[in-house]
Amino acid sequence: MDWDWNFVWEIMPTLIQGVKITILATLLGSVLAAIVGLGIALARRSPNKALSRGVGWVAEFIRGTPLLVQLYFIFYVLPDIGILLPPLVAGAIGLGLHYGTYTAEVYRAGIDNVPRGQWEAAKACNLSARQTWSHIIIPQAIPPMIPALANYFIAMFKETPLLSAITVLELMNQAKSVANTYYRYLEPITLVGAFFLAISLISVVLLRWLERRYGKIER
Amino acid sequence: MTQWSGYFGLIMQGALVTIELTLMGSVLALVMAFLAGMGRLSRFFVLRALATAYIEFFRGTSIFVQLFFAYFVLPLVGFELTPLQAGVLALGLNVGAYAAEVVRGAVQSIGREQHEACIALNLGRWQGMRHVILPQAFLVMLPTFGNNAIELLKATSVVSLISLADLTFQAQVVRAQTGNTMVPFTTILVIYFILALLISWGVRSLERRMARGLDGVRV
Repeated sequence: MDWDWNFVWEIMPTLIQGVKITILATLLGSVLAAIVGLGIALARRSPNKALSRGVGWVAEFIRGTPLLVQLYFIFYVLPDIGILLPPLVAGAIGLGLHYGTYTAEVYRAGIDNVPRGQWEAAKACNLSARQTWSHIIIPQAIPPMIPALANYFIAMFKETPLLSAITVLELMNQAKSVANTYYRYLEPITLVGAFFLAISLISVVLLRWLERRYGKIER
Repeated sequence: MTQWSGYFGLIMQGALVTIELTLMGSVLALVMAFLAGMGRLSRFFVLRALATAYIEFFRGTSIFVQLFFAYFVLPLVGFELTPLQAGVLALGLNVGAYAAEVVRGAVQSIGREQHEACIALNLGRWQGMRHVILPQAFLVMLPTFGNNAIELLKATSVVSLISLADLTFQAQVVRAQTGNTMVPFTTILVIYFILALLISWGVRSLERRMARGLDGVRV
């Protein structure tokens, strides 16, 4: 089977529709993962043993099971208990929860890396717990985390094709549907691959820049 | 009341397929990791370039897209693959690319003095690698290999989308036949989690075993 450029131009608008949804899902998922991760990281530091252990186990469980199954779970099981979510929202929640358990580790490392002296200085200045976190710890902990967080957001971007399994019309799903309509798999699937490769290569450059800008981070 | 025992058997069959895929994929990934990891450290530019291209390509595109490429596009150029072969190929090559960087990092982490000792003892490049560097580097690789194996286990769920009857696929079958979503999906989430725990336990005990002979060599 030969590569057909006319066919490529013909399907391009449909694929671009898919790209938009892919990017939207990644953005929503990233925001959610950033928030969920911070929540998990803070909960695991809580003096309340039941809370920190419980959250730790749940995070471990989510990290040890496949994203695809979690997506199915959110999309098919939650309606049974009366929560009906649109596919894209279910997908973003799945991505956010799954990657939130990864970003939680990044936050944990970032917070642990803030020197002890900063905590002691905050105490000496008579800052409350809330003030210590928002003015001393978080502003110092966040910048070194940025490259590692970005790394996970890129990984999440590469997982978005899974959303096609729960009927989100993202790039992979659009490619599959044009492939099924015209019985040509070569161009659509190759284009999807090329698209992801292009974005990943660009993001590698972006990551290098972030690493330079925000200093080195231990992996 | 649904007859769950029969359905449970179905899910167990799926678990066998998942385990089979994980094992075969891991073997391929291990081979690729050493080939590409060593390739990146090679003296020859061609080998380095080949290894880098392989690693960047497979890390840069999504596992899902690679799987679809292997299953739908390769037949068009004359490679007819069964779903199982396509699954093992895509999983092994994808995770192998990640693990190759682990191999490279671990070999580079071995101190300079070990290389110098090899030269002093008049060992060839290959002999030094085989008897001095790799036994030490392997121990450094093991924990990350464990994480990679868990990633591979989680990625196996994707093969259900190319009609391979793994855990996720069987859960869908059970869901279609019983109309119950909660039970099959919760069951497979737990099974995946147990498999992930088994892998991390296996890797930890392997690590202890391997470390035994190296007492006093490593700090």
